[in-house]
Amino acid sequence: MAKGRTFFEKVWDDHVIADLGENTFLLQIDRLFLHEMSGSVAMRQLEASGRRPASPSQVFTVIDHVIDSAPGRGPSDSHLPAGTEMIKAARRGSHEYGFTFFDVGDRRQGIVHVVSPELAIALPGLTLVCGDSHTCTVGGVGALAWGIGSTEGEHVLATQTLAQVKPKTMRINFNGKLPPNVYAKDMILHLIGEIGANGGIGYAVEFAGEAIRDLPVEGRLTICNMAIEFSAKYGFVPPDDVTIDFLKDREFAPKGAAWDEAEAYWRTLPSDLDAVFDREVDIDCSRIRPQVTWGTSPQQVVSIDGRIPDPSGIEDPGTRKLVESALQYVQLTPGSPIKGVRIDTAYIGSCTNARLSDLRIAAAILKGRKVATGIEAICVPGSTSVRAQAEAEGLDTIFREAGFEWHESGCAMCGHMGNDRLLDRRVISTTNRNFEGRQGPRTRTHLASPATVAASALMGVIADVSTIEKG
Amino acid sequence: MEQFVRVTGIAAPLLRINIDTDQIIPGSEIMRSVDESYERWGSGLFAHWRYIEDRKSNPDFILNRPPFDRAQILLADRNFGCGSSREPAPKALRGFGFRAVLAPSFGGIFYNNCFRNGLLPVELPIGNVLGISEEVEADPAGRLVTVDLEGEFVESPRGSRFGFRTPKLLRRMMLEGLDEIELTLNQTPEISAFRQRDRRRRPWAYPPISQTSQGSVTLEGSRWNNS
Repeated sequence: MAKGRTFFEKVWDDHVIADLGENTFLLQIDRLFLHEMSGSVAMRQLEASGRRPASPSQVFTVIDHVIDSAPGRGPSDSHLPAGTEMIKAARRGSHEYGFTFFDVGDRRQGIVHVVSPELAIALPGLTLVCGDSHTCTVGGVGALAWGIGSTEGEHVLATQTLAQVKPKTMRINFNGKLPPNVYAKDMILHLIGEIGANGGIGYAVEFAGEAIRDLPVEGRLTICNMAIEFSAKYGFVPPDDVTIDFLKDREFAPKGAAWDEAEAYWRTLPSDLDAVFDREVDIDCSRIRPQVTWGTSPQQVVSIDGRIPDPSGIEDPGTRKLVESALQYVQLTPGSPIKGVRIDTAYIGSCTNARLSDLRIAAAILKGRKVATGIEAICVPGSTSVRAQAEAEGLDTIFREAGFEWHESGCAMCGHMGNDRLLDRRVISTTNRNFEGRQGPRTRTHLASPATVAASALMGVIADVSTIEKG
Repeated sequence: MEQFVRVTGIAAPLLRINIDTDQIIPGSEIMRSVDESYERWGSGLFAHWRYIEDRKSNPDFILNRPPFDRAQILLADRNFGCGSSREPAPKALRGFGFRAVLAPSFGGIFYNNCFRNGLLPVELPIGNVLGISEEVEADPAGRLVTVDLEGEFVESPRGSRFGFRTPKLLRRMMLEGLDEIELTLNQTPEISAFRQRDRRRRPWAYPPISQTSQGSVTLEGSRWNNS
């Protein structure tokens, strides 16, 4: 009897053009998404080689990484001249090659991984690649999506294919129900804390279990976004009713009979009951509390009522050295509680947590309140359309009245791309990386959910959202 | 693809777990210019660790100290190159002069990017990496480390040999210095046949040609737009 297949195996098999031997396969790529940073490099390399894009209708471009997010920005404003050059090069190339292009000022502009599911460019069972490691985000709608380098991007431009080594499969079962004030971000931070920042190397990861089924698509996107933070290139939730309801009628979704045909195919994709994974991990969701990172890796995370670890108790010398260097960088005392650590900035943004539901959660906490004196608070919506919807609901007023800056959409200060605003500051942030220097030189980043960031903004210290009554 | 057969050179131990690509090449270095030369990227390698104020050389950082300032092989710990997909990371290592990185595991995107930049990522158990590091530190200017892609082995300064594996296709391309795109384009008949079959099987997966420009995407093709 034929063995059952996982979602991953079904999608992979359906994209194999050629078996290149020793577990390497030439794959059909259904969607290539470019942005001005790595995408402009891929386009320039293609041009230098004298080649043309093989299939422009399968290529999409957006401006997000280095565009200024300040209100009233110009179409090519960046913090450094190189950024402006990247934007102009991406714009020029996209027009020349006839890619579908979401420029600054277009309502569809925004962070690539927010835009692609929002517009249903990412669909279940499609392969989608982009020169950005967080491309795995759109596994949240059941796409097989992963980050690539700019040379791989050039290869996709020239051939609409990519040769890849087939990874092993892992299933992570988030069992049970989430307690109050615990969100998708807490689930994924907890998981990375459990299995480590290298736990996913070489795996394609399926997220499953009751808590995943209960999550709306936006929460699933948050979970998949951080698959790369435990070094899995691929993370996904196979399509179900929630996915299909989410995608229907969106701009680039198939319509009419094409939709019916697509839906019928998508229904065949979930892993078979007898499918076997190379590794399975079980997480009891009822025990997850709001999570905050204390160090310089997403795996350096504790519950909101936890304490910063003491390296003297760690046996493995490599891990001890890692904790010691992180503590030195973040300037925190071993053994002290994470709750109550004084912050300088509260930041809501990024492809992890800047969708409409994230802004609604934060606004519910901020409503009628003010951020603590001396705290800088910034909100950067994930897309221009998220920004517009938030404004239609009056969320921008809540943010502004609480003392938040309300920005244009973009990757903004999630990574340090020449904007020095967060230099040397302690930031509680809804982003995905707390690496050394990630948000600026000497910036100390604490990753958390939008709820925890909003609560901390009000208190001026890292705070437990459950102590704040929601508006 | 830049050719690589074997390299014998100085190895520099940088044994820290989870060195991410933001450390290998910080975002601020990427934003300095749009120059894609290896020299330019090399000067930004490990910028936060390598330089102190005003881009002065940090004397405490290993790659600033002879003989490691001429190192061609980097010895690293688990999950080297995790994080961002930025290809400037392997470019910066290559620009500094590195030809190989030996580590127990690598970030997956970084691993792929290395091959495209003439930098060989070699997976070796941590015990072997530590062993080589000890031999190197005992006599940094002494005998050198060899990384042989053809024979798929590493030879330590004292002559211990450790085998490794690399994906067949990438190994072949690197050994022969082949153009990956050219190689794929040789398979155009297979690609075309696949796409013909696939378009019949998954017509909904193929978007029609669309107009670019702001706010005015027009969708063509009946299958796409309507029933």
